[in-house]
Amino acid sequence: MEPILAVKNLSMNFGGLRALDRLDLDVNQGEIVALIGPNGAGKTTFFNCITGIYTPTEGDILITPPRNSVQRINGLKPNTITELGMARTFQNIRLFPKMTVLENVMIGRHCRLSAGILGAVFQGKKVRKEEERAVTDSYAVLEKIGLAQFVNDLAMNLPYGAQRRLEIARALATEPFLLLLDEPAAGMNPQETQELNELIVRIRDTEKISILLIEHDMKLVMSLSDRIFVMDYGKKIAQGAPREIKSNPVVIKAYLGEEFHA
Amino acid sequence: MILSEEIKKSLLAAVWFMFLTFPIMVIRVNTVQNIVEWRWKNMLLVGIAGFFGSFLGRSFFRQKEKGEKKADPNTISVAALVQKITGNQRLSRLALAVIAGFVISFPFAFSLYQINIMISALIYVMLGLGLNIVVGLAGLLDLGYVAFYAVGAYAYALLNHHFGIGFWTALPIGAVIGAFFGILLGYPVLRLRGDYLAIVTMGFGEIIRLILENWNAFSRGPSGIAHIPRPALFGWEMSLEMSTKYIYFLMIGMVLFTIFVVNRLQHSRIGRAWIALREDEIACQAMGIDKAKTKLTAFALGATWAGMGGVIFAAKTTFINPASFTIWESVIILCIVVLGGMGSIVGVVSGALVLILLPEYLRAFSEYRMLVFGVILVVMMIFRPGGIIPDVRRTYQFRKEEH
Repeated sequence: MEPILAVKNLSMNFGGLRALDRLDLDVNQGEIVALIGPNGAGKTTFFNCITGIYTPTEGDILITPPRNSVQRINGLKPNTITELGMARTFQNIRLFPKMTVLENVMIGRHCRLSAGILGAVFQGKKVRKEEERAVTDSYAVLEKIGLAQFVNDLAMNLPYGAQRRLEIARALATEPFLLLLDEPAAGMNPQETQELNELIVRIRDTEKISILLIEHDMKLVMSLSDRIFVMDYGKKIAQGAPREIKSNPVVIKAYLGEEFHA
Repeated sequence: MILSEEIKKSLLAAVWFMFLTFPIMVIRVNTVQNIVEWRWKNMLLVGIAGFFGSFLGRSFFRQKEKGEKKADPNTISVAALVQKITGNQRLSRLALAVIAGFVISFPFAFSLYQINIMISALIYVMLGLGLNIVVGLAGLLDLGYVAFYAVGAYAYALLNHHFGIGFWTALPIGAVIGAFFGILLGYPVLRLRGDYLAIVTMGFGEIIRLILENWNAFSRGPSGIAHIPRPALFGWEMSLEMSTKYIYFLMIGMVLFTIFVVNRLQHSRIGRAWIALREDEIACQAMGIDKAKTKLTAFALGATWAGMGGVIFAAKTTFINPASFTIWESVIILCIVVLGGMGSIVGVVSGALVLILLPEYLRAFSEYRMLVFGVILVVMMIFRPGGIIPDVRRTYQFRKEEH
């Protein structure tokens, strides 16, 4: 079976700086894949390339959405890529601070709705139905993520952990087949991290959504992921199951450090 | 101890103010007699005013800081009142009835002069609501909004002059031309944000004005276009008074229509996309919103109202020239939106009424208009940065789901 995301030979240059150097990566249906590496290794650049925020210099990004054929998505606009079914969260939280929690999720529904200007003004039966559906659907997503209690609060007033989860909820609302999480556990306490771990597994198992995540919390990465890719200086230095990565001398030297091994 | 400290600070502020205002308040050159007058009395007055001003100002600040710490209920009274009225169905009906009664009886109870002032205030309400789409909702700082207003006004004036097109035909044409120009401006500025966008839009506004001023063959230059007909009503000949009242009610209708449309847009899929764009452009795009399309619709819809406002303005004054469309107009409209409350319809309406009606009724202070304007803006930005009546997000009720 085709991998749902196959990145081949991806390079990204910023002027003379090569941020990504002939990177290969693939994610299969139903997998949780982690991307790790030291700060500045190019992980977030990689995310920005495959979500359309940057246009890569070289290489191919191929996706195979369920019930669809292979598609090359290099250079497509971010909103088109989201519409195709890849949704992401951000390393530094990027919610819409002055909108309510529900509205944040409803923005995620945006690309699955169709009302235009005239529809919004005249509010015919179809538009009103669609709007009601959007509200109930968004609320359902919030319930799933466990944020229903905050539904009418402004996003900026949420506690930190809840803001992180709201980003995931917003991404889920776009109905992705692949969810890209950029350091979802950053700044979380151990209990919140534990909850996040359960949440990610639940998303994969019940929603049938594959997950690609960048993370520095090694405990979380090792317990969560099926496969791990390790990057350093824009290059892939290793890939494999958590057990292999843990004992890979190159990875230990570049990233994990000796004490982790102990 | 604290008091003496305060007095010392205030004295310092007073001296500083006396020094600052010395050239304009004290020295006056009498060009008739060729002598310099020294008005030392003014300096004393400035000193006293500075002293008490700074004393009161600082105690006010201290109060505000205290108030912020325990969320003083008095400081949000206006917003709370509006909330209370709109929240309670009987109260809101009563308020609506009172407003409707006032609006309908206004032209019959007041003089022609008052009605004319009210009409221009209503035009600004419409312009404010239009700019509110661009600035308040979509967060695109547009300093050239008056260009679309000018486009609408000249569209009616020129179409009427050359082809004899009447007001009612010109109104939708003005709207369409306004929207077209909105998109025309929107395309090149798609990638710009914040201050850069403000500069480019400001330039656009000036370009339109300069074209109108200098292209004599097209727009008759600075002398403008006269004899623009007032709106017609089934070919009925109206006296000046009748026609003014007619325009008044027409304007009330237009404002209601604007409020209706903007309100619906605001709470729709499009409106949410605008707000998301304002809040975070990158996240908005990553969530599947087409940035270019959303920006262009905001520019086009904002300009539509300016176009229609322009047509009505031309019909009301029967004479237009480029001097009516200077950057100052853009700034006033922007002030209406910011002072009233970005994104809030009630806020923008009250902002327009306050900013346009106050100067008219405070003619006695017209020399100090700019000064008062500046002071109001500074004070507002310190004490109510959200505007007179800030935007309140809609909330939804859900019943508790059973598990």
